[in-house]
Amino acid sequence: MDFGFILSQSLTQAIGVTAIIYCLAAIGLNLQFGYGGLLNFGQVAFVAVGAYSVGATVIAVGSSLWLGIVIGILLAIVLALILGIPTLRLRADYLAIVTIAASEIIRFAAKSSDFLGGAQGTTGAIGADFYALNPLPEWERFEFGPISFTRVDMWVVLVGWVVIALATLLTWALMRSPWGRVVKGIREDEDAVRSLGKNTYLFKLQILILGGVFGALGGMMSAISRGSVQPDGFVPDFTFFLYVMLILGGTARVLGPLLGAAIFWFLLVFVEQVLKEGVSSGVITFISTTQIGPIRFILVGVGLMLLMIFRPQGILGDRKELMLDAR
Amino acid sequence: MPADTTLGSVAIEALAGIQPEPGVAKPDPILVADHVVRQFGGLRAVDVTHLEVQRGAITALIGPNGAGKSTFFNVISGFDTSDEGSWTYNGQTITNTAPNKLARKGLVRTFQLTKSLSRLKVIDNMRLGAGGQTGESIFPAVFKFTWGRQEADITQRAMNLLERFNLAAKADDFAGSLSGGQRKLLEMARALMLNPDLIMLDEPMAGVNPALKQSLLDHIRDIREEGTTVMFVEHDMDMVRDVSDWVVVMAQGSIISEGTPTTVMRDQRVIDAYLGAHHEAALTESGESLTNSADKEADA
Ligand SMILES: Nc1ncnc2c1ncn2[C@@H]1O[C@H](COP(=O)(O)OP(=O)(O)OP(=O)(O)O)[C@@H](O)[C@H]1O
Ligand SMILES: [Mg+2]
Repeated sequence: MDFGFILSQSLTQAIGVTAIIYCLAAIGLNLQFGYGGLLNFGQVAFVAVGAYSVGATVIAVGSSLWLGIVIGILLAIVLALILGIPTLRLRADYLAIVTIAASEIIRFAAKSSDFLGGAQGTTGAIGADFYALNPLPEWERFEFGPISFTRVDMWVVLVGWVVIALATLLTWALMRSPWGRVVKGIREDEDAVRSLGKNTYLFKLQILILGGVFGALGGMMSAISRGSVQPDGFVPDFTFFLYVMLILGGTARVLGPLLGAAIFWFLLVFVEQVLKEGVSSGVITFISTTQIGPIRFILVGVGLMLLMIFRPQGILGDRKELMLDAR
Repeated sequence: MPADTTLGSVAIEALAGIQPEPGVAKPDPILVADHVVRQFGGLRAVDVTHLEVQRGAITALIGPNGAGKSTFFNVISGFDTSDEGSWTYNGQTITNTAPNKLARKGLVRTFQLTKSLSRLKVIDNMRLGAGGQTGESIFPAVFKFTWGRQEADITQRAMNLLERFNLAAKADDFAGSLSGGQRKLLEMARALMLNPDLIMLDEPMAGVNPALKQSLLDHIRDIREEGTTVMFVEHDMDMVRDVSDWVVVMAQGSIISEGTPTTVMRDQRVIDAYLGAHHEAALTESGESLTNSADKEADA
């Protein structure tokens, strides 16, 4: 078994494009759920809105990517308002139901829309404007020890992590402020915060919008890097993976989504590659290549269960904090 | 300061000549409620024909379990919606107004089941209480220089209050690590961060040990001396007699009696409501019946 190759593959994925996409969406979910306690089970809807906005603007309309990005951010805000205005005055569970339903509605609507490419989705040079700006030297590959990227991927990854760094910085700045204190207070007990004169509805709407915009940015990264937008990439599982990453990294921790997304993709790819190598080299005989996909999720699931048993607060979380209400 | 110029003595004097009748008018009411009804199915949990709360005084709201005291507080403070009725605060109609708006107008309440924000530090619970914070708007929040100074002032005020409530040593602990009684104290201190004009305390002394109860009574008197009107729900008659200038008695949703502590505790309607058939049962902690303890008070 070539562990060098396996490790290199896994590490590359851990900081690669897919991890970046999930990480951005998870930063948004961390604001909403981790800090604000909002049960958003449809974060993928925002990702889809971001991806389709740039995809349709560039491919179907033939306009520029930058316009698509602006439209994507605006539509994410509109979606947050549509989801939030009727539900955020109600009990917390209403938002959960509405968001998961909305994410499926958006997926099916996109699937049946000719403008958005139907079931095939939108494919083409969505990121052309973005790649034209690539300032990197014309090298074959960019290598850092075991990690290596093509020139194009390197550019996406570079910009992706800069965007993540900015989003993380913003989260940090907001969460140390009085605004963040109100948001965390809402998570603990909304009525108490209202009794202290804060309009909690407005704060909840703000975090839904801000978190949604981060989700949309993740969607844009995905459309740009893959050059395509597929409706079935936006299944509810996407959102649940985000929750897994958050819990893994530690909810309500500024760096939780980063660590969670990186470790999640590292583990998934690592397990997959080990199984693949094992099967092809004849070490593992009781499963076939086609079973590797599902089995890696089973193994990662078992790993998560172990984490919940031995470190329920996640990697960065504070166990003392978690146990406060268990008394 | 001579005793007869305190705000407390002013309040007692203002209430001295008033008839002890349910719904009686007060010289300077801060809160006036009219025909307030709250029904749960067929149950009229609150059915208050008229109530005025005197500004600057400490008013106790007492009554047996299930009398509707908390529901009345919830309705007045905007946490519950009334089926009928209207009420004014400082002469302004505030019928079914959102609680956050009322808090900004200076009407603040605490809860019977304490609502401390467990995963925030005690000091952050306190800071959250302060009104008019620049850093609570999302854009200035990003830049600390816009709210840093204000935050320092707020922290200073919060620490002073925590000192008064014996919680200063706990400032950097999570509120969730406090005991039940300490949470009651924190909730009261936090409400005071808003500098309220009218503070409504729902059983502030439940679960607080006797020694601390005495200091809580002092706090409540201090609050009055700072010009805040206090209305509080309490079951402990000794406490009520000690601290309140006026007592309002509720039973089955309605106000059945009002008056100074002494008069109310002699009121046959009150004794009936509290004791039902068991007239001989003791009600106060010292083991006296209501009538006896009221007599003693009058003799003293
Ligand atoms: N949400 C509700 N739904 C149905 N009934 C309610 C509700 N809240 C209160 N009640 C009923 O209204 C009545 C008054 O309740 P409330 O809590 O106001 O009493 P209380 O005077 O505060 O009593 P205690 O001294 O025990 O706190 C009770 O009979 C109670 O069962
Ligand atoms: Mg009650």
